[in-house]
Amino acid sequence: MQLKRSGIALAAAVALVSGGQTMAMAQGNQSPAKSAATPAAMQASPGNAAAVARGKYIVTAGGCNDCHSPWKMGANGPEPDMTLMLSGHPATMKPPPPPAPSGPWIMSATATNTAWAGPWGISYTANLTPDAETGLGQWTEQQFIDTIRTGRHQGRGREILPPMPWPAFKNYNDADLKAIFAYLKTIPAIKNKVPDPVLAAPPK
Amino acid sequence: MSARTRALWISAALFATLCTTRDAGTETPVQASRPAHLRDTGLYSDWSTRTIAPANLPYSPQYPLWSDGARKARWLYLPPGRFIDGSNPDVWQFPVGTRLWKEFRFGRRAETRFIEHTRSGWQFASYVWNDDESDAVLAPADGIRQSVPIADGVRHAIPSQADCRACHMAGPVRVLGVTALQLSPDRDPNVPHAETPQPGDVDLAGLVARRLLRRFPRELLQEPPRIEAPSATARAAMGYLHANCGGCHSDAGELSSLEFGLNYRLTGPLDWGPAVLLTAVSRPSRFKMPDADDIVERVCAGRPEKSVVLARMASRNPLVQMPPLGSRVVDAEAVALVRRWIAEDVAPGSPVPAARQGGK
Repeated sequence: MQLKRSGIALAAAVALVSGGQTMAMAQGNQSPAKSAATPAAMQASPGNAAAVARGKYIVTAGGCNDCHSPWKMGANGPEPDMTLMLSGHPATMKPPPPPAPSGPWIMSATATNTAWAGPWGISYTANLTPDAETGLGQWTEQQFIDTIRTGRHQGRGREILPPMPWPAFKNYNDADLKAIFAYLKTIPAIKNKVPDPVLAAPPK
Repeated sequence: MSARTRALWISAALFATLCTTRDAGTETPVQASRPAHLRDTGLYSDWSTRTIAPANLPYSPQYPLWSDGARKARWLYLPPGRFIDGSNPDVWQFPVGTRLWKEFRFGRRAETRFIEHTRSGWQFASYVWNDDESDAVLAPADGIRQSVPIADGVRHAIPSQADCRACHMAGPVRVLGVTALQLSPDRDPNVPHAETPQPGDVDLAGLVARRLLRRFPRELLQEPPRIEAPSATARAAMGYLHANCGGCHSDAGELSSLEFGLNYRLTGPLDWGPAVLLTAVSRPSRFKMPDADDIVERVCAGRPEKSVVLARMASRNPLVQMPPLGSRVVDAEAVALVRRWIAEDVAPGSPVPAARQGGK
């Protein structure tokens, strides 16, 4: 892991100060359901324990929780809600329309840091847990790698929207991407159907 | 459409600058160096007259890929003494050294795509023609999102190398236009944008005669490959879907976990039928059409207006459109064809065509 500096942290900082929304976090709206216990097949086997550990390191240091785990207000201020770790934008949280861009302030984000608005429209961070229905449970390792490499959903579909920093992450080597995927397969599955993105209306 | 695409492009560029780069690891895919100019790829024997080298064989697939109305020319090169192994009629094996070019014209030459099978794998590139067509240079690895104009307010996009790989590495078939079905002399006259082979174009029989295709089943030469379908409309629709969708939506590729195939295979078990009939008709779509809760099946038998496949073909909303890359203009002729096919030929529990039940 050789991040020169954390672009994602910068993006998160932008999100937390923009949009004119409070950090009240709408905690009452966050109630994605925990799926059944993590299947045994998803647990780290001795053969890939090193990869899982490597993946955990990259995910943790790389800031994935900054956007893919909804933030809450903790005792020391805003922090990712690790009970909802990497489950993406809470399906039950339906924010009002974002504020209109003003001057150079063209992006905004919810206090959870999981819904973003900008020139592209509104994007919601994905559920990265191994839930079979709403997360990465049915994804293959190659689909995950291709997604990061191409910036396309499942490696071949629509373009992934900002602020996902795939242009930086595509430079991970294969071993690192496999390690990330191996780790994501071991985290608790959380059933949470993230809303589809909303495309901005064409400029008039 | 163009404004939406532009907004996405601006957004992506914006965030590319926000997100810093990282030192590449040793296993990061490294593209082999490609010639900087098209003239150095071996396509031409005389660049000044744009004379194609005689070893590069022109061909025209019977089911062309829709590229927003581009006029195309294609060439295949095989190294001396090497040949395509056709023992699997659905997945030909190409020798190292194979090269292919495809030229796109929107009024003038816009780009020429180049594929090469090297010892380190398949490599993809595109060359961008300048305005007076005096040169064509290697496109950036990330492609060019706004190239030449192709319609009112719409510009052609030159694909990134990742996008090239997204289609050509999606399934077991790397060369999508040089296949037994695509080069069959039993050509489908009803497919949208059908091209008339030109004198000198090589087809299935021509490849065999030149011994460039070997181990190909004799029976498929005696009875050339053809989509078995109950009507001319069904044949053309299934051919169109095979060529435009089946590269990714295949039963053997990276997206096979979707259990959604639009490819057409010439071989299969006795009880096997066309993937489109088995995996699309009356099957629920995982994709939710925005603002259309009543469009839920991939292909809704007899009801094209309720079919996700058709709705996505007819859209160029970047979040909805199919295919998701390679096109910015709806193929109206194909939409009409598939609409007619679903309305007239697809019934609930559509039977596998009788001619296929014996297998091949």
